[in-house]
Amino acid sequence: MTTTVDQGSVAAQKGEPNVLLKLWRNKETRSVIIQILTMAVLFAFFAYIINNAVLNLQALGKTFSFDFLNEPASYDINQTLIEYTSRDTHFRAMLVGILNTALVAVCGIILATILGFLFGVIRLSNNWIAAKLVYCFVEVTRNTPVLLQIFLIQGILVHTLPHPKQAASIGDAFFLSNRGMAIPRPIVEDGFMFTVIAFFVAIAGVIAFRRWARKIQEETGKIYPVLTISLGILVALPLIVFMISGSPLAFEVPELGRFNLRGGWTLIPEFLALWLALSLYTSAFISEIVRSGIMAINKGQWEAAGALGIKRSWTLRLVIIPQAMRVIIPPLASQYLNLTKNSSLAIAIGYMDIVATIGGITLMQTGKEMETMIIVLAIYLCFSLVISAFMNWYNKRIALVER
Amino acid sequence: MASTQNPDMTPSLTQQYEPGEHPDWPAPSSVKGPVAWMRENLFGSVTNTVLTLLAVYLIYKIVPALADWMFLDAVFTGESRKDCRAQGDGACWAFISGRIQLFIYGFYPDAERWRVNLTAVLLVFALVPILFDKVPHRGKALIYSALYPVIAGVLLVGGIFGLEYVSTDQFGGLMLNVIIGVTGIAFSLPIGICLALGRQSHLPIIRILSVSFIEFIRGVPLITLLFVAAVMLSYFVPPGTNFDLLVRMLIMVTLFASGYMAEVIRGGLQAIPNGQYEAADAMGLKYWQAMRLIILPQALKISIPGIVNTFIALYKDTTLVIVIGRLDILGIGNSSLADAKWQGLSTEVYVFVAVFFFCSCFLMSRYSLYLEKKLHTGH
Repeated sequence: MTTTVDQGSVAAQKGEPNVLLKLWRNKETRSVIIQILTMAVLFAFFAYIINNAVLNLQALGKTFSFDFLNEPASYDINQTLIEYTSRDTHFRAMLVGILNTALVAVCGIILATILGFLFGVIRLSNNWIAAKLVYCFVEVTRNTPVLLQIFLIQGILVHTLPHPKQAASIGDAFFLSNRGMAIPRPIVEDGFMFTVIAFFVAIAGVIAFRRWARKIQEETGKIYPVLTISLGILVALPLIVFMISGSPLAFEVPELGRFNLRGGWTLIPEFLALWLALSLYTSAFISEIVRSGIMAINKGQWEAAGALGIKRSWTLRLVIIPQAMRVIIPPLASQYLNLTKNSSLAIAIGYMDIVATIGGITLMQTGKEMETMIIVLAIYLCFSLVISAFMNWYNKRIALVER
Repeated sequence: MASTQNPDMTPSLTQQYEPGEHPDWPAPSSVKGPVAWMRENLFGSVTNTVLTLLAVYLIYKIVPALADWMFLDAVFTGESRKDCRAQGDGACWAFISGRIQLFIYGFYPDAERWRVNLTAVLLVFALVPILFDKVPHRGKALIYSALYPVIAGVLLVGGIFGLEYVSTDQFGGLMLNVIIGVTGIAFSLPIGICLALGRQSHLPIIRILSVSFIEFIRGVPLITLLFVAAVMLSYFVPPGTNFDLLVRMLIMVTLFASGYMAEVIRGGLQAIPNGQYEAADAMGLKYWQAMRLIILPQALKISIPGIVNTFIALYKDTTLVIVIGRLDILGIGNSSLADAKWQGLSTEVYVFVAVFFFCSCFLMSRYSLYLEKKLHTGH
């Protein structure tokens, strides 16, 4: 790029009309030249590093292939959502890792959203002392590294929680100890399928009912108690089917054995620490987003709603929140993405997510640095694309339709 | 108002006044004063009261216990954890103060630590002209600031001018956080600006390249990029070349931060009304002139809060180097916990590191508020 300019200016000084200079002066040809040069530099760069990579792999006697995925992994994983033993393949281990990441991301997003909205609303409330308390929490959380918070919570869980023998229990069904939290495990018996079907039927019914109620409201102005009826359908229909089909669901409650808790599901302390830390950290950011979203709504909206005689509780729900959501959704989406990406910190406390399984132990065992890193990067890119696609769709759905 | 405090003026509420004669009575205590304020702000409704009581209970539970633990019962001298426990139940700060050198310098050789101190002092001198614009001889000072990275590199690594060579493997502790943070901040801003302009460009290839780079960086966690730096980047240099791990990390951290920076600045660019671009064109300014003189000054001003947030995030993320085996301040703390004499003091270490990060990040956010106020030229 620079050489072209230099040649041109030198030629111009000599007073010779230069073809290159002419091309450079023309806006369209110049943009073509810049782009061709960029592509050329880029291709040269990639050719160079790929060539280097090939030479380096040859020198080390390695090949570039993904065959290792079918070899036995021969390592254990401390939390598996699907059947997995150390005799399974690396591919299976990768799936376990993906599911573990997805689990902590989904749980974290749910808890962080609830806490974030709660904190945001409290900070806006006129309760001075609660608002200040939340403010302190938010500032401290946002200004310290999340990795530190994960370590701290992990340390607190391991050091302060009791030994399994003295596990703190809630209603003899949930047990909290330094080995994690034991919760009852549902055991599905024959015929439970009907309840699941009934649940989906109920969802369809609710959607249809809401459409119908909205149509009636728009035509006649008559308002049905939509929320109550929807909740009623959602709970009642599956419950009735569940009863009729003979309650085909039992719970395996964890029991205090001689040395440890037996039975039930155990949420391992690594999961609890990661989940809590990520949720608290992200909730601080979400609370700020919610606060600024609600504050962004013009005061006139409150006053206009008041002038129309709308109740204050309805104003928030029907006037303020729908408008605030438009401000809140885009940054909220990037917080969800951040939480998902931060879940990769799991490796620091030994929770086996994608990075720890395929990018950690598999990499060490097989020595396939390139292949494993490419897989890990690709998986995270997929996660990000899925979340941002969903949030974009939701954003478009609630966006202001300008006429 | 002075008359209202006069006891002789105690009013009789039924008294009639001529127009203009009415004295200013204070508002009744039910709408003004501490009682009214509390009624309004703390006990306005049932939920509000519950919230207040809950908050007061939390403060009552946390604050005295924390103060006891951190200061009143804390132990500041001692040789081991047993020593500490014998003296008090609170935090055992002796552990931190005994290792403070390790926390700051990592494994940098004892005899050469003056070089780190000198670099830190020079950093302050390099930062002042950048941060504050009322510095005498600012232009010359800025040249020094631009040269600072080279000076710092020479001072820290050495190997020339008679300075002893110190391998970057020995960098650690707070020093490592500051090195990575400052490098990332210094280089991510210009790269981010270029990427943001590239994303807004009319040239399709430049735009596509910028977009794919930014989206890739924003789509993957920093940890994976650090792993790439640790295990994969050395494949891409010619065989036999040694590529320092610290440099690889610095490159990755800088690229990572510039992806986020680009998005922040793009937000600023999009907020500039089209009329500004058109006016610049109408003045006959070329692309780079228009950007440098008209668009970027306004766009950067709008993006200050976002830029500083990115800096803070980057600074906090410097702790992640721990996952590829580099010991920053948090890593030093973590590995110190393995010392048998001091086992079980994790909370002290984490609180110490947290206080350090809180102070530096809080300062940065205050500076951003100051800058916003200073540059606020609107109405």
